[in-house]
Amino acid sequence: MSKDIRIKKGLNINLVGAAEQTISKAVLSNVYAINLDDFHGITPKMLVKEKAEIKAGEALFYNKNREDMLFVSPVSGELIEIERGARRRILTLKILADKSQQNLGHNVLDVSSASSQELKTYLLKGGCWPFIKQRPYDIIADPDTIPKAIFISGHTTAPLAADYDFVLQGKENELQTAITALGKMTPGKIHVSVGKSSSSPLAGLNGIELHKVSGPHPAGLVGTQINKIDPINKREIVWTVTPQDLIIIGELLLTGIFNPERIVALAGSCIKTPKYYKTKIGTEISTFLYASGVNSDDFRVINGDVLTGAKSKPDGYLGFYNTTVTAIPEGDDYEFFGWNKPIFNKISATRALTFSWMQPNKKYDLNTNTNGEHRAFVVTGMYEKVFPMDIYPLQLLKACMVKDLDEMEQLGLYEVAPEDFSLTEFVCISKQPHQQIIREGLDLLHKEIG
Amino acid sequence: MSDKRLTFKKRLHILKHRFRGKKMAPAFNAFHTFLFSPDETTHSGSHIRGADDLKRTMNTVIMALVPVLLFSMFNTGYQHYAAIDAANGVARELSLWGNFFTWENLWIGITQVLPLVIVSYGVGLLIEFIFAVIKGHEVEEGYLVTGMLVPLIVPVDTPLWMLSVAVAFGVIIGKEVFGGTGMNILNPALTIRAFLFFAYPTWMSGDKVWVHEAVELAGGPDAISGETVLGYLAQNRGAEMSTAYDTWDMFWGFIPGSVGETSAFLILLGGLFLIFSKIASWRIMVSAVIGSLVMGLIFNGVVDAGWITETSNFYGLMSFEFWKHLIVGGLAFGIVYMATDPVTGSQTNRGKWIYGFLIGFLSVMIRVFNPAYPEGVFLAILLMNVFAPTIDHYVVRGNVARRMKRLKNATIFPKDLDSKEEELKVETA
Repeated sequence: MSKDIRIKKGLNINLVGAAEQTISKAVLSNVYAINLDDFHGITPKMLVKEKAEIKAGEALFYNKNREDMLFVSPVSGELIEIERGARRRILTLKILADKSQQNLGHNVLDVSSASSQELKTYLLKGGCWPFIKQRPYDIIADPDTIPKAIFISGHTTAPLAADYDFVLQGKENELQTAITALGKMTPGKIHVSVGKSSSSPLAGLNGIELHKVSGPHPAGLVGTQINKIDPINKREIVWTVTPQDLIIIGELLLTGIFNPERIVALAGSCIKTPKYYKTKIGTEISTFLYASGVNSDDFRVINGDVLTGAKSKPDGYLGFYNTTVTAIPEGDDYEFFGWNKPIFNKISATRALTFSWMQPNKKYDLNTNTNGEHRAFVVTGMYEKVFPMDIYPLQLLKACMVKDLDEMEQLGLYEVAPEDFSLTEFVCISKQPHQQIIREGLDLLHKEIG
Repeated sequence: MSDKRLTFKKRLHILKHRFRGKKMAPAFNAFHTFLFSPDETTHSGSHIRGADDLKRTMNTVIMALVPVLLFSMFNTGYQHYAAIDAANGVARELSLWGNFFTWENLWIGITQVLPLVIVSYGVGLLIEFIFAVIKGHEVEEGYLVTGMLVPLIVPVDTPLWMLSVAVAFGVIIGKEVFGGTGMNILNPALTIRAFLFFAYPTWMSGDKVWVHEAVELAGGPDAISGETVLGYLAQNRGAEMSTAYDTWDMFWGFIPGSVGETSAFLILLGGLFLIFSKIASWRIMVSAVIGSLVMGLIFNGVVDAGWITETSNFYGLMSFEFWKHLIVGGLAFGIVYMATDPVTGSQTNRGKWIYGFLIGFLSVMIRVFNPAYPEGVFLAILLMNVFAPTIDHYVVRGNVARRMKRLKNATIFPKDLDSKEEELKVETA
């Protein structure tokens, strides 16, 4: 049974440099790294010391608030560096990989007969729990909670992001195992979405409620789908998992081994031959970046897609949750009369001498220029055109800015994650940092209300 | 220094870094960003951004105002000479190239309208710059549109010192004390207009201020009339008015009035351009037109029903055909360029319908019932500016109420897993 979701409000950002659907194997990285920024709100407590030898799948650190939530190493080798920032906060853990990899194996669990508690313990121990995120607050799920539903979006609408239909092929077994396991953790449904005419292996799984999604971005964002299928109310909890992470969860349950392998889309206008690479979480981005070639000196590497990813470097490392790496030109240059001349080479949600509306299917080569300076909120009605949720985006942003907890709650902050505001941020004429505002609002609400 | 070989762009870049952190940095940056859009890149969130910024948005509104400004410069001259002819009993036929788009008319426009524009921008931007430097923020673009609107909504012979005082009042009290662009409650241009109206009422109303030199010549042998269409109607001199101006004159704009408000045709074009470019809200414009038509129809109905007779003070305006309210006075100008101000207007889409409707409705009502001055658009918009947050509040409460209603059916599981484990197993079995 499937229920269709049709999104009308939104904006497709068509960029040049989409990954061609061929998979190459990336060369093995010497050093792998775990970036602690990937785990929002987690205070790490190290389990191993610098210079220690560890196996793949062995715990590096645990969550200070929950000792049984382990974060594991993607490879076996030596923990060569614990990079610390201000107030000795841990930033990055770097592991020098062994030539021959050794995995930490767990006893295989029979998913069909295991209880929810057994499964949770297994995932926590095996390092797969951090793949399960929860809303409200867009953080790693609390294993003690029972979600009213679990949402998995298998539809991609974000610009240049990895196409799930393609990367999930042949992984039915792992996906099904993970779904079965997750199904035991909620009395509610597991909502899985795929594109309208998709060939995704997700569509054939058992124990799910399938939704066919169509429409412009952000139709593929899980937050949009939650809002349309079963919106989150105060005190309710839903979990979200991305499909590629389901594979890792499924494989752990099937084989007892944490296999951080992933198919990553390398895309963007600065890549000569954008395509997919088979690699591992934490790998050095340069291991596949230069295999495809870059055609610019001044470019930005983004860990993720252009709307929600994190800024990185060619010698940065593939993030824990990422399935896409994008390279686009930096826009650190002035433009003569950039504010009043007609614009043909940039995307705009208006028609104020901007002409992207004439060619909706044209692919653009956008850079990182802000195209204007930061201003107070002035224009209204722009965000609503690209924001399909039943929420007033401007009012919610303002509530977050003035830290009005009641308003934040009532206007629907529980339902959103920063990524849901990536498109409003893109069209924002006042160049306000929407995702940051929402993140800070969520953190405040989490701290005050819990 | 090898500065000589550097490009203009590079030199400005170096200057910008020299000014960084200095008191005058906002002033320099205002000029710099006028010439070059900045080299700033994204730091957080989306790595790419849309092509529009506030400068472009404001510039689009100014572009929509340029035809109105050009027309008004000719019309100022035309009305001046037409009034002289009328006073001398010389019959005058309008001919576009013969006596409208002439150098003679344009010259009056250049000497009368351009100084208003220059003073408006000069005083307003000076204050904006001073505030930006004092408060250490960038010069925001809000005044670019206000500065253009102000000369278009005042009588042509407004003394420049009066305009300066009004602009200073409007920008400081109407905007800067609230925190600058984006924070103000009242439309700054209308605040300036209202200040002029209430501070200098004898100058700003009456029948003499609408045509150039009508005030100076009043009482003398060469006295000319400067009566507007609404002025005639308010005095129940409708018949006189219809001999002077026909409906097409009103639509094209060959009538006296505030500098830029006369041409409904060009305002319509500007409005369509703003709707097409998605800069101004079509909801506000459409609902304001509907609101004014409804009020006009009510007045027409009252006259048709015989409740108002020709002896009434209000007969002239109330019997004026309802749709003609849109093409005389400042109603069209106010609807297109002032009611749609996003900062002071309603911010929700549903609120915009209510807000716009009430602006149209109240404009015509005030216009008809105002004993001192037969116009009400600026008062109606200012009044609705004050009510816009209230309208939005109730619209947003509607959304909140939906969310609260949903809350009743919320599926909440207790956090204590151990006691719930059994129950959960049963449910998922």
